[in-house]
Amino acid sequence: MFAAGSDPGANFGELLKRVGLSPFASHSDENDLDIPHATTCVAMRCSGGVVMAGDRRATSGNLISHRSMEKVVSADDFSGVAIAGAAGPAMEMIKLFQLQLEHYEKVEGQTLSLEGKANQLSMFVRSNLPAAMQGLVVVPIFAGFDLSSKSGRLWDYDVTGGRYEEKDFVATGSGMLHASTVMRVAWRRDLTVDDAVKLCAKALWEASDADSATGGPDALRGIYPVVASITKDGWSGISNEKLSQIYGEIAKEVGSR
Amino acid sequence: MSMPYYVPPEQFMKDRADYARKGIARGRTLVALQYENGIAIISENPSTTLHKISEIYDRIAFAGVGKYNEFDQLRVAGVRAADLKGYQFSRQDVDARSLANQYAQILSQMFSEGPKPMEVELLVAEVGVDASSDRLFHVLYDGTVLDEHDFSVLGGDSEAVLSRLKAGYKSQMSIQEAIAVAIQALSGAERKLNHDELEVALLERNGRRRCFRRIEDAEIKALLG
Repeated sequence: MFAAGSDPGANFGELLKRVGLSPFASHSDENDLDIPHATTCVAMRCSGGVVMAGDRRATSGNLISHRSMEKVVSADDFSGVAIAGAAGPAMEMIKLFQLQLEHYEKVEGQTLSLEGKANQLSMFVRSNLPAAMQGLVVVPIFAGFDLSSKSGRLWDYDVTGGRYEEKDFVATGSGMLHASTVMRVAWRRDLTVDDAVKLCAKALWEASDADSATGGPDALRGIYPVVASITKDGWSGISNEKLSQIYGEIAKEVGSR
Repeated sequence: MSMPYYVPPEQFMKDRADYARKGIARGRTLVALQYENGIAIISENPSTTLHKISEIYDRIAFAGVGKYNEFDQLRVAGVRAADLKGYQFSRQDVDARSLANQYAQILSQMFSEGPKPMEVELLVAEVGVDASSDRLFHVLYDGTVLDEHDFSVLGGDSEAVLSRLKAGYKSQMSIQEAIAVAIQALSGAERKLNHDELEVALLERNGRRRCFRRIEDAEIKALLG
């Protein structure tokens, strides 16, 4: 019989661990694995908040492994994460991060500050460092609306968990250079949310045009990048109809060059 | 050599039960009832920061009466158990029944083996897809689990409150009616409860993932008209 606190319940795997029979090896060598990678994400500040966007492609070497991956997700009502890098650990990190924020809110009875959330994510990235050394790099962007300063804020990270707050815009992933250039040329402090959404869409398009690992808008399948704004009213995803209209305008502009 | 006094098991259990009941009776009463759009939980609570009612998971709420530090410890244990289970399996596998059983385990163990029984009564409520799948599990200080329907009353003056609630309760009430009936049951005829002496929270069938919502002072006031 187990004590109430360490009772494995209906979990057979836990039961195996308790009785010392777990068959799972503690580690494996992931050096030679060809695993899916998620690519370009961008985020920028605008008047009233932040806008985040990410393409939908995941690649394994030169193959496209997923066409509709969502790399930009809400972490809670007032913040979001965008992730580039090894897809498996990245998705697990996002899941754990979302859970951590909700768990904190429920246990403590109040939400973490935006700074606190950014710091928490930095610890997750740091704890992934051993896996990153083996090639499973995960590099997120964190952005949100700070309820205490009433403004949008954003951070990017390096593989060691280093956390850098950015004042204007940031990009991560294989297409980051192209996306950054587009944003650097057009970004203004007083962009409206709508303008910022358009600029993010454009930055991702230019990245996908020059980088094979970044997916462009897929009108045939109706798959568009995930774009979302975070303002004082919270997280709000931009609809596919709106995005298809924005990419229609970009197509016209590109056609007239 | 001295011999320890013999205490018959009946007496031992009775002493412990009396101790726990006395502790619980010192606290204020709490009422939970089903209304047209979910479950409303209402309690007398002058504090705005030390909650008796809180969120455990997407569709599950927790309420405790009795000794604050003891039920708060159990609340945190519940959040941990639920979040772990949801992480390990899936969010839909987290249910009130298994949580109530875990609470029952802890409470019954404390009751019979602990240094003292816990002076708490708990409610684990779960809002379902419709009223028939709503769940109200009432867990007593000795680990007894009661599967209740329509409404549940915990704590101090529960018998008087229960009879008043029985008289006023109708199924499919609006939220205003439900809160009014609950307040009337809590206060009785001779007392009047002000909105700032109440703690109110809902588990709403709202189509969103997280169904728990606290109703703050201003909103209670507005609801009561």
